[in-house]
Amino acid sequence: MRTRRAIAELLAPATLVVASAVVGATFARTTEIYFISALISVSIVVALYVFVGNSGVLSFGHISFFAVGAWAAGVLSVPEQEKPATMPYLFDFLGSTTVGNVPSLVIAGSAGGVFALLVGLPLMRLSGLAAGIATFAVLGITNNVLRYYEKIGPGLNAFSSVPETTDLLQATVGALLVIVAAFAYQRSRFGRQLRATREDPAAARAVGVSIYRQRLGAFALSGFLAGFAGGLYIHFLPINVDAVYLDLTFITLAMLVIGGATSLWGAVVGALSVSALDAVLANAENGIEVLGRTIEVPAGTRIVVVSALMALVLILRPSGLTGGREVTFERLARRLRPAVQEAAK
Amino acid sequence: MTSLLASSLTDFVGDGLDLQVQVDAIALGAIFALMAVGIGLVFGVLRLVNFAYGQLIMAGAFALAYASDRDWPVGVGIALCFAAVLALSLAMERIVFRPLRAQSAAVMLIATFAVAFLLQSIALLWFGPLGKTATSLVELNRPVSVGSVEIRKITIVAIVTAAVCLGLLVLLLNRTSIGLHMRAASMDFQTARLLGVRANMVSGVAVLIAGMLAAVVAVMLTVQFPTVTPTFALQETILVLAGVVVGGMTRLLPATLGGFLIGYVSGLLGGALPTNQSQYLPSFLFGLVILVLLVRPDGLFTRRRGLVERV
Repeated sequence: MRTRRAIAELLAPATLVVASAVVGATFARTTEIYFISALISVSIVVALYVFVGNSGVLSFGHISFFAVGAWAAGVLSVPEQEKPATMPYLFDFLGSTTVGNVPSLVIAGSAGGVFALLVGLPLMRLSGLAAGIATFAVLGITNNVLRYYEKIGPGLNAFSSVPETTDLLQATVGALLVIVAAFAYQRSRFGRQLRATREDPAAARAVGVSIYRQRLGAFALSGFLAGFAGGLYIHFLPINVDAVYLDLTFITLAMLVIGGATSLWGAVVGALSVSALDAVLANAENGIEVLGRTIEVPAGTRIVVVSALMALVLILRPSGLTGGREVTFERLARRLRPAVQEAAK
Repeated sequence: MTSLLASSLTDFVGDGLDLQVQVDAIALGAIFALMAVGIGLVFGVLRLVNFAYGQLIMAGAFALAYASDRDWPVGVGIALCFAAVLALSLAMERIVFRPLRAQSAAVMLIATFAVAFLLQSIALLWFGPLGKTATSLVELNRPVSVGSVEIRKITIVAIVTAAVCLGLLVLLLNRTSIGLHMRAASMDFQTARLLGVRANMVSGVAVLIAGMLAAVVAVMLTVQFPTVTPTFALQETILVLAGVVVGGMTRLLPATLGGFLIGYVSGLLGGALPTNQSQYLPSFLFGLVILVLLVRPDGLFTRRRGLVERV
């Protein structure tokens, strides 16, 4: 019974990710980028889920770990001879080091994880609104420093000449690794303890769970995963500092909430469904053909629709599309008889 | 804590403590205080952090720009600004806040986050990223000499308006029955309802007053920053939200003081930091915010609560 549950819990999101990758591979190269971007979104949102979903504490700060990972991987993988042109003020050791694809991803994760750990050491003592605002403050500081401190990156400019190694395969493998990590964490005793503190802090404390330590561990792990996702992203798009601020924070939180913040399944479903909608709208902004007629929507419609959808989901279904539950074989079976269930209520 | 803050301030400020910087900082603090009241009032009654408050101000600013584009008289522009902000506030209350009243604070916060982005992106679609200019009130930017310092008229207007608004609000809260209802609701919403306070009425009035304050802030901010873009007042709102939490969210006075403080401090630092450091001003401010939250998570100006709240 237990193993069956675990299998469904891991298999369902993994299957969904692989399925989207397979679908993506059958499309033309121009459409592929939407699938890569969606799969990287899965990595970010699952990273966010590891902390927010399991602890029930809101974090606005995860995009700063994502950004730090992206910066670390980006700065280190630009070829040495290209660095003086785009990033002339780099620290010497950053300017003279160049690493390959896989090491840069490991470094990205580690940078995000260490940063999250350092930030979490004081911040995880807070809860509620104070925690929300404090993580927001971390995001503000990170963005401000990355924007102006040119010894650690390109400052206001976009990255250039970062090897574009994140193709469909790397994005898929990356997303699967992040999902496995999130799964392993939530089945471990630490994950269970943290979820206990989410459901009832007083009771969890009474059985000897340290809220601070469990939150800190999850924060660091999810910072690592977010940094790793940042590494994947910088090898996909030459972003600048504006790409890793409020908009990305909003859209990733939206994905998590729309899918259902309290389950891994919800995180994956949210990331993929919002990405799909976003891709359709992005195409529509350039004109899309539906039933022989070209429909064109004005640029900027995407965010209008996504944010309206998010507000709508929150009002009508606050626990998200999946209800914040994992997939089980039993529930799948029961799904086939919804009328019976309604009557039982 | 306050002494620590003051000493770190004098470190930063050094010789910048002249009257000019002081007056400007106080004026900025006054505007921030009004925004803090708008956010704090809604939080008090609904327990909802309104992240979309800045977008209300943005909407008001666009209304002003719209009027000044067409050379309408100043009075009409301000009336349009109030009408737009109030209509939007009431719509927000009815469509988003009211259905979410029973939800957790996190859900409500994310919902207002979504509303904020919705309004911002609508403004982007409508007015474009470069925005519009509101010029009808710029003459308030002219300086007048008071003693040895040159003070822009808007500075005086801002301080006086803030004082008047806060005074009126205190009267409303303490001398009218709807004020009594609102205070009761902010102490204990459930019990207040049992005693005959009408929930929808109270939350409607709170949102309405917050909207009026947003309109006032919109007028004063457009005088200082006439270029109205979709991200107008966004940075300010983030700072005020931080200030409100730093001051103490659960009561109106600490929240207002927190808002004033963060406006005042950012005015001082902005006036006193040399240019090569002033680009890191947000980092300094957010760093201070984190520091204060770690020492006083319930707020700088609130009485310390006893043990951990049980259930």
